[in-house]
Amino acid sequence: MGTETEYGISVKNAREQDPVAASTLVVNAYKSCRDDIPSTATAVTWDYDQESPLMDARGFLAEAETPISETDTSGAVNDILINGGRYYVDHAHPEYCTPECANARDLLLYEKAGELILEVSRVAAERLLLDNQEIIIYKNNTDYKGHSYGAHENFLMSRKVPFDAIVDGLMPFLVTRIIITGSGKVGTENGSAEADYQISQRADFFEKEVGLSTMVNRPLINTRDEPHADDKFYRRLHVIVGDSNMSELSIYLKVGITSIALQLIEKGVVGKNFSLKDPVAAIKSISRDLSCKEPIELADGQQLSPVEVQRAYLKLAQQHLTPEERTPIVEDVLKKWQYVLDNLEIDPRRLSRHLDWIIKKKLLDAYRQRHGYEWDDAHLQMMDLQYHDIRPDKGLYIRLLKNGHIQRLLSHEEVVHAMHYPPVDTRAYFRGTCLRRFRKHIYSASWNSMIFTNQSGGLDKIMMDRPHFGTQKIVGELLNSCTVEELVKKIRGDASKQR
Amino acid sequence: MSTEKQQEHLKRHIDETEDVQSDVGQPDVGNGEMDEEFVEDLDSLLDEIDEILEEDSQEFVESYIQRGGQ
Repeated sequence: MGTETEYGISVKNAREQDPVAASTLVVNAYKSCRDDIPSTATAVTWDYDQESPLMDARGFLAEAETPISETDTSGAVNDILINGGRYYVDHAHPEYCTPECANARDLLLYEKAGELILEVSRVAAERLLLDNQEIIIYKNNTDYKGHSYGAHENFLMSRKVPFDAIVDGLMPFLVTRIIITGSGKVGTENGSAEADYQISQRADFFEKEVGLSTMVNRPLINTRDEPHADDKFYRRLHVIVGDSNMSELSIYLKVGITSIALQLIEKGVVGKNFSLKDPVAAIKSISRDLSCKEPIELADGQQLSPVEVQRAYLKLAQQHLTPEERTPIVEDVLKKWQYVLDNLEIDPRRLSRHLDWIIKKKLLDAYRQRHGYEWDDAHLQMMDLQYHDIRPDKGLYIRLLKNGHIQRLLSHEEVVHAMHYPPVDTRAYFRGTCLRRFRKHIYSASWNSMIFTNQSGGLDKIMMDRPHFGTQKIVGELLNSCTVEELVKKIRGDASKQR
Repeated sequence: MSTEKQQEHLKRHIDETEDVQSDVGQPDVGNGEMDEEFVEDLDSLLDEIDEILEEDSQEFVESYIQRGGQ
């Protein structure tokens, strides 16, 4: 699994805002301040041959929804990272994709490493601007004027699970999980019902239940079916309904409980048990209910609160996950899931050190009281934005963390390590380690391919269609002991033997 | 700027971030328990916010526009 985060960007004191130029400046700046890229190196380009973003999970190749602008092949705004991730300009935003991770804790770690990568490149880019100009980057999802940018999650699933079963099982889960995963937002947008403060940044932007688009008329469940792996065995579930989180616990639980819910769907134990009467309306009403207690209506007429729906999934997990599936990290996720549901049930304010929307609400309430601001005061919207500011001296979340107000899951040392080294137990290990060892021999790469230049000037392509291969256990010794020619020869040889 | 200088700068910046992030709180050991003791007093933090909140909040939030997101 992995996440993709689009960051908001603005240049203070710029004559006019040009987010594409600013994003390009930031992403390129990261290349100039690293030791893994010699200044004379040619760019490793992204191998777009492997992409098909219009393949629909329901089985057809879609007509284009909106222009797909990920067609830049110059390499100028694409950086394939030694931690196995990808850093590039998507439309008008800098975007960071984590490497493929095998568990929720690694995914949290690599998403947090991304925040540090953005901050390091922000500082390097700012040096190229005029003295009075500042680059400001927010890890949030909205400009409060009806424009949203995403925080997408990707989960590898078995191709055997019918897409309809995923829709049935996942919809009630995604709609109710916002009580855990919401980042909190001052006000409302996109013509939805008024509120002073709501749980989710993204809820206002979802207009239909299922569909392919990600930019307009957004669906709660996205059907993009582009596994970046062998599509006979795998599908990729592309979850677009989540918020960008700052809180480590929010991120950890978001990806941890969602991957557990998908396991339950793969096992066929969820079915249509919790199907909602109107999921699009429900996500908006849950987002506005800060008590998390108001019931929502299920298709069969039952009335359940979002906490009760989440508890039902937790209970299924406790019943149906096998001892082998209950790894130490899964066990930890289950306990923390239970902990937050227990406390949400009693009083959400008990989690004011744990979950983003509650941390932010507590801070806003205290500041409102101090200054007597009404909810529509611009200072509060400014605070909401600045909660997501990635600068250590300006970001309110980071100041709260420094001052001991937030539950911490990671150490700074391991986050820094994750900027420079890939996870060891997915194919990201192969990608990241090849980039570290053989950069000058790599022509291009993608999630499931690496193309090497060979001595005769030709290209050798290695496909990586099995995300669980290419791990340290499988290729670690080989990667550390051979030349690039030997590597290609060995892998080619092994592959042809298997055929 | 030479590559060496950039490297130095990068390291310094990461170290500064570390100062901010590592002086309070221990990482979680993954046993499902949560920390019981936290700093409760928000007053000093609110003082800090008075200082670091972007000036001209009104103008800033009005001019913050982000098109083209997914």
